[in-house]
Amino acid sequence: MKNFLIKEFLQIFRDKRTLIILFGIPIVQVLLFGFALKNEMRDVPIAILDQSKDEYSRQLIHKIISSEYFVLQENLDSEKGIEEAFRKGKIKELIVIESNFAEKLEKENRAVVQLILDASNPNEASVISSYTTAILNSFEREINPSFAGVPMIIPETQMRFNPELRSVFMFVPGVITIILMLVSAMMTSISIAREKELGTMEVLLVSPVKPIQIILGKVFPYVIMSFISAIIILLMAFTVFEMPIVGNLVLLLAESLLFIVMALALGIFISTVANSQQTAMLLSMFALLLPSILLSGFIFPIKNMPVILQYVSQIMPPKWFVIIIKNIMIRGNDFGSIWKETLIIFGFTVFFIGLSVKKFKIRLE
Amino acid sequence: MVGNKEHTKAVIVKDLVKKFGDFFANDHLSFEVDRGEIFGFLGANGAGKTTAIKILCGLSHPTSGEVTVAGYDIYKQRDLIKQNIGYMSQKFSLYDDLSIAENIRFYGGIYGLSRKQIKEKTIEYIEKLGLQAFRKSLVKELPLGFKQKLAFSVAIVHNPAIVFLDEPTGGVDPITRRQFWELIYKEAAEGKTIFVTTHYMDEAEYCDRVSIMVDGRIEALDGPKQLKEQFGAKTMEEVFIKLARG
Repeated sequence: MKNFLIKEFLQIFRDKRTLIILFGIPIVQVLLFGFALKNEMRDVPIAILDQSKDEYSRQLIHKIISSEYFVLQENLDSEKGIEEAFRKGKIKELIVIESNFAEKLEKENRAVVQLILDASNPNEASVISSYTTAILNSFEREINPSFAGVPMIIPETQMRFNPELRSVFMFVPGVITIILMLVSAMMTSISIAREKELGTMEVLLVSPVKPIQIILGKVFPYVIMSFISAIIILLMAFTVFEMPIVGNLVLLLAESLLFIVMALALGIFISTVANSQQTAMLLSMFALLLPSILLSGFIFPIKNMPVILQYVSQIMPPKWFVIIIKNIMIRGNDFGSIWKETLIIFGFTVFFIGLSVKKFKIRLE
Repeated sequence: MVGNKEHTKAVIVKDLVKKFGDFFANDHLSFEVDRGEIFGFLGANGAGKTTAIKILCGLSHPTSGEVTVAGYDIYKQRDLIKQNIGYMSQKFSLYDDLSIAENIRFYGGIYGLSRKQIKEKTIEYIEKLGLQAFRKSLVKELPLGFKQKLAFSVAIVHNPAIVFLDEPTGGVDPITRRQFWELIYKEAAEGKTIFVTTHYMDEAEYCDRVSIMVDGRIEALDGPKQLKEQFGAKTMEEVFIKLARG
């Protein structure tokens, strides 16, 4: 066993490609996502149609405009001109305040603010709408501290935990997930496939070493490397983007470890199917990495997907891990709130290990 | 080089059958290999050589038949067999990105050699194979011939009773092949049994005995000289062609 570790680490440190994937990609990704997404949603051009023109509506408009997120592009008097403004892409959002806004708020405790969004970029739109809703909510609290609800259109719950809507908060869980998946599943499957390709696997199987020892020996170094990689991402999120970890760090690391083991099991399974490094790489990339990026809810909200894809996303392990990390890091929840997701990932782990063992046996026949 | 002290034959195969679906890859093979013998296992591609050698090494299960390797039963004593055999494939099976010493250390470690033994083996191999100039280099920087000899030496690092060589000279030039066979002779002279598959017919001449497989069956088994007489041929190549044409 010790032998394996020494050999595996020697190979990892000698292979620049591996090192780049292990440590270079996470760092670049964090920076890229961080800066690219961070600056995107400032000074969003909007239009406002105030049908009420009373004190409350003016206050609300003032609050919206004075936030750094929005720039008032047009102050509309009627519904004319809305279409044109949208079509030209001049504005991304129109906020319509209904008539008798203040009166309704006072008497009926109920008023409607309509948000009309340019949804040609759905991501952007959902972010903008949640910005707006956040401002509406806080306005609501200002005028009515007792919280006797003014129902809003498009309520967005997530931002309660992320009041500034900092995109780092959204992508760090995603990046950790993807990186762990990439490093663990892809690197193990490639490194096992390499042994097959070079013919060294045969020699190992002829030797007195047990198959389980071979697998463990191959996998263990990657557990350590993936773990270090995860810590690097967390450190960068913390130092560069000032993202706090609200919840329990130990719990977070333990959950990460479980996810790593799951990904490794998946990697082993891939390697039982793939006979060459290239097949292993392609399988990991297309059968695993892309779906897990696209369907985990990390970039595209699962709620917006077609129903079929929503079902597919249920069987994407990353989806559950993203939920877990968000719960711990952003909401500061304890294990009680994520035991279900943890159990699901544990289930995946057992499933993939079982599948690999079965495959491995068949190969020997 | 322990093996089962009782055994007189290195390999005993009786009625070995390996079927893939309806296809007989090994069709009732029976043969024996003596201790210390260089046994050539010949046949065209697809004749079933590799299937048979995989079964003997424990990489594959037979469909039926009795097989004993180094005196141990292949069904019940697989672990003991593994301790007593070495295996080298056409791919040479070394780690390209490790140095010579690291390869020896790894494979030696797998077979449970002590640190001291590994050190001795490393010094011995570097000297014996003339690898002094490559002491520090990675295996991928070695010329093919050296790589091949090193692979063979690594395959016998634990001093096994039997060595299985699956086309060990594939893609290597004639001079290097000759040097390689000298290495094989040396080991056989020390009492190791060598079980070698090849499709170079000139190499068949180097073997003590040769079996020729055609379509999953052994069609001939004898010393090269006897086979040539029996088939009225000048070279093993002719013997082989006569057999293969039926």
